[in-house]
Amino acid sequence: MMLVDVLCAVLLIAGAVFFLAGTLGLLRFPDVYTRLHALTKADNVGLGLMMAGLALQAGSWAVVGKLLLIWLLVLLAGASVAHLVASGALKRGIRLWKR
Amino acid sequence: MQTLYLALAVFLLLNLGAGMWRVLRGPSAADRMLAAQLFGTTAVAILLLLAQAHGNAALRDVALLFALLAAVTAVAFVRRAWEQGASDDAG
Amino acid sequence: MEALTLLAWMFDGLLGLGLLWLAWRALTCPDLFRAIVLFIAFGLLMALAWVRLDAPDVALAEAAIGAGLTGALLMAALAKLHPTETNDNLSVQAEISRPKGRLLQWLPVVALLLVSAGLGYVVLSLPPYVTGLSAEVAANLKTSGVDNPVTAVLLNFRGYDTLLEMVVLLLALLGVWSLGGTELHRDTAPGIVLDTLARVLVPLLILVAAYLLWVGGHAPGGAFQAGAVLGAAGVLLLLAGWRPRVGLMAWPLRLMLVAGPGAFVIIAALLYMIEGQLLEFPTAQAGILILVLETAATVSIGLTLAALFLGGRPRNDKGLT
Repeated sequence: MMLVDVLCAVLLIAGAVFFLAGTLGLLRFPDVYTRLHALTKADNVGLGLMMAGLALQAGSWAVVGKLLLIWLLVLLAGASVAHLVASGALKRGIRLWKR
Repeated sequence: MQTLYLALAVFLLLNLGAGMWRVLRGPSAADRMLAAQLFGTTAVAILLLLAQAHGNAALRDVALLFALLAAVTAVAFVRRAWEQGASDDAG
Repeated sequence: MEALTLLAWMFDGLLGLGLLWLAWRALTCPDLFRAIVLFIAFGLLMALAWVRLDAPDVALAEAAIGAGLTGALLMAALAKLHPTETNDNLSVQAEISRPKGRLLQWLPVVALLLVSAGLGYVVLSLPPYVTGLSAEVAANLKTSGVDNPVTAVLLNFRGYDTLLEMVVLLLALLGVWSLGGTELHRDTAPGIVLDTLARVLVPLLILVAAYLLWVGGHAPGGAFQAGAVLGAAGVLLLLAGWRPRVGLMAWPLRLMLVAGPGAFVIIAALLYMIEGQLLEFPTAQAGILILVLETAATVSIGLTLAALFLGGRPRNDKGLT
């Protein structure tokens, strides 16, 4: 039992680190597109890692299934919304950041 | 384990607070909407952590709802506030 | 144990402070779009607060209606206000009118502080553990036909309130419809991403609505939450450019809109004729009746919310339907 707990803790903390990375990206990156990139990818990976950790502690397969469903939905919605926002931003002429 | 769940929940809430800065700063409307997406995903994570910490399975349903409805709000932004706003100005 | 309670306090404290700060910023922000996003964030934090207060049913409703649907409605309303384009900033400046004179400016603040102090005093002087009516509800739960005490109260013990709430929703829609008609013409064509997203999410939303309706019998869920999810499905369809056939917009739409309150009224009348009491469910049939009422209510609420998003009475070329 202890090994499962340790593994779960590692996964959860890794997920939290990715969330932090996503927020840092949101705050520090120079334009909308890079921020979108940081947010969508880092947050979804962070959520996935946290789900994996929670799935290890789940009581039944039904719970694991529900967690998986939620993660897949967040992925789908996040990716689609990121695409919509980015293409909308391009259409409205928000310029890409060039160094 | 309980302590870890709650500690991470507090951490995520602080994360959310940090993201608030982008809502206030973000030069364009898209930036503000991005921050709203952050809130949605973070809230899903917090709810799942709380569901495990308190053993309350209903909170997973709330997380499912969050995930679905954050998408609807973002699509409403892109299709209404953005596109129609622009066409109204042009037309 | 110490660390646990400390963390719980930190969480609740951050949540409370965040709610207050968000409310203040959302109200005082002159840029309306920023205010809308802050309001959506406020709705999300509010749902978390309900979760911490051990009320998942309310959290479900808050997430669905307060954060999701109201956000979409506000965005659609903002679009009609012709936002000005300044550096890709969608800003609509709210007109903040201040009353003249220092006294009038400070009077509301003083009044609010007094009310808050009064409320705080009342809350703090309550006995620490009040069970309220939960003992009575728990005692009578067997006769109510469902296992979830919230659903039992909403649909059985206080059925009148739910009936009147449904009528209020209908009145809100009538109010919006009385303001004018709206063309049913199509949006600009959605790109393939939006199209696919809608095709995947809408059936899923309908499924989740049905699930919430069914699970409301024994776990947090119920008609309002399911109806709100159904409304979100309708809103997503409308946003993806789908428009229903004009022929469906006249009588079929109206029939389904009144199905909820109508079912309540019909069942109330039947029960009055049979039992002599309005809305007194016989114990044996209580479960079935609640299910029927909840289904009708879900359909009505979902359609009402989607119709509210449309923004006006559906109209075709020949005039109002």
